[in-house]
Amino acid sequence: MWDYTEKVKDHFLHPRNVGEIENPDAVGIIGNIVCGDALKLTFKVDRKTNRIIDVKFQTFGCASAIASSSVLTELLKGKTIEEAQKITNQDIADYLGGLPEEKMHCSVMAKEALEEAIKNYKGEMQPIEPQGRIVCKCFNVSEEKIRKVAQENHLKTVEEITNFTKAGGACGSCLGEIETILKDVWSTKEPIKIEARSIKKRTNLQKIALIQDILEREIRPSLQADGGDIELIDIEGNKVIVGFRAMCVSCPMGGITLKSIEDKLKEVVGEEIMVVEE
Amino acid sequence: MKTLYFDNNATTQVAQEVLDSMLPYFREFYGNPSSMHTFGGQIYRKIEEAREQVALLIGSDPDEIIFTSCGTESNNTAIMSAIETNPTKKHVITTKVEHPAVLNFCKHLSRKGYRVTYLPVDSKGRLEIDSLLQVIDDDLALVSIMHANNETGVIFPIEKIGHILKERKVVFHTDAVQIVGKLPINVKDLPVDMLTLSGHKIHAPKGIGALYVRKGTRFYPYLIGGHQENGRRAGTENVAFIIGLGKACEIATKSIQKEVGFVKHLRDKLENSLLSNCPDASINGDKENRLPNTSNISFEFVEGEAILLLLNEYGICASSGSACTSGSLEPSHVLRAMGVRNTAIHGSVRFSLSRYNQEREVDKVIEVMPEIIKNLRLISPFGQERLTGKGYAS
Repeated sequence: MWDYTEKVKDHFLHPRNVGEIENPDAVGIIGNIVCGDALKLTFKVDRKTNRIIDVKFQTFGCASAIASSSVLTELLKGKTIEEAQKITNQDIADYLGGLPEEKMHCSVMAKEALEEAIKNYKGEMQPIEPQGRIVCKCFNVSEEKIRKVAQENHLKTVEEITNFTKAGGACGSCLGEIETILKDVWSTKEPIKIEARSIKKRTNLQKIALIQDILEREIRPSLQADGGDIELIDIEGNKVIVGFRAMCVSCPMGGITLKSIEDKLKEVVGEEIMVVEE
Repeated sequence: MKTLYFDNNATTQVAQEVLDSMLPYFREFYGNPSSMHTFGGQIYRKIEEAREQVALLIGSDPDEIIFTSCGTESNNTAIMSAIETNPTKKHVITTKVEHPAVLNFCKHLSRKGYRVTYLPVDSKGRLEIDSLLQVIDDDLALVSIMHANNETGVIFPIEKIGHILKERKVVFHTDAVQIVGKLPINVKDLPVDMLTLSGHKIHAPKGIGALYVRKGTRFYPYLIGGHQENGRRAGTENVAFIIGLGKACEIATKSIQKEVGFVKHLRDKLENSLLSNCPDASINGDKENRLPNTSNISFEFVEGEAILLLLNEYGICASSGSACTSGSLEPSHVLRAMGVRNTAIHGSVRFSLSRYNQEREVDKVIEVMPEIIKNLRLISPFGQERLTGKGYAS
């Protein structure tokens, strides 16, 4: 049995915003019934304020797929399109208090439906076929998606890719190919995790250097990609003090971002690390 | 909340009589049956009594029964024994719908250079004898075919297959874990060389199984060590559990005829009612040749894990062939081998009953299931047009 959080159970048993909006301003459809899950997202936008005023979903899938969709609609309400664009699959998982690793693909599906809906809203053509070369034929996962999800979620192993995208989860014939793609994705940025783990005892200076390194190489680029930024203010013992910059200052997801930075640092540097805003 | 248990093909409740029979062997009679002193030696006789009880249930001689730790060990032992005793033969035949205990062992063999043929099944999960006849050759070390399928309950014609293989002098093993205790079987009429049974499917505890090996069948042990089980399975006997398995078999022998009718009545009531009260639902598997306790139903447009978790809210336990419940991302290999549509596999639910189920438990499932399916379909992007159609008119 899956170890679902109370939040997942709540959103599964009492899903919010179920249904389909009539004459929606945006429609995003992702997945298909053959793959075992599918999500249709519709929303309405107030043209004056550019804010999402109503949003509904329909999902075919397991408890975590339904919960992820429900949370997505809650996160979207009242947001501008620009703000909505910044929601990540990790935000959805975090809101749910976490998802089992094997179920992370449910949060990715919700994020993808959102991307499709935003494209639709902006009048961009919705591709009929997923873009790029298909790597996993069982679940129709493209190389582009594997690269994107790997980078966004800092995935380093083939198993993680399967958990997040389903790729390689059925016949397994593409597992070798996924490994090659992963090697390529991280060839320029060697996984910090491994080198960090090999250092057992660090001096304070080494710790500071490592934290700076992770912020520079892993965290800042992904924030900058969304128009935000972060600055390392100080390190007091195990307390890492940061300041949000640019778009991050006004971003309502600040708390979640802070938490994910902390998780990353905990993973690499040590459980004792705490991240606080200045 | 009271548990309404409809997952008896996964495991069963230990019968009170079984537990009672086991308890003295933990603190009172804890001796080693191999010991020379009376304290230990008297246990040996108790194990032999249990062996007789197991033998009686399947119509064998007691010395044709080897106690093992579980169904998986029995299956692995049977297959390896045939491989070891036929060292020049490199072909194994099984089916696409076996339990992983056989299927994955066969995959392991093919990595070791063996040729494995996986026989197909038709859309009702039935095995075609013709497909077996076509692949029998002189290189054949073993045929292993399950007696009844754990997911659909479909029963394979083991007697017929056994006669064909006996003529050709091929070793034949059947995994009978799901049928033993649910329907009467007798190895006197069943031309098999080896047969697997498991304790926890018949109200004995988990961690005990048995392998029937017909007299005259060449045998090679899987666990090698001491002389226990006549040198056929090393390791100090799991005394209390062996006694428990014996007791469970004794109960089954006595009550199987009566139970079959009772369990089948409940299963049929459940199945017929769900089919008539839930639109777009269908049975997976051959209704004519099926275990009396098993019902595998597909509900279109909804996903199995979601159904199970909603049933769970009422304390109802069942299982599903959906990908989300399998631990892997793949849906049921059994339903896929049958060519069941993906939409139907994802929404499949298996109810498996036992003598401990009660009519009012069945009534509870009948009461809540249509609403669960209806609510999930309201969330689903598929099958919306059905909501205003048949069955949901009100």
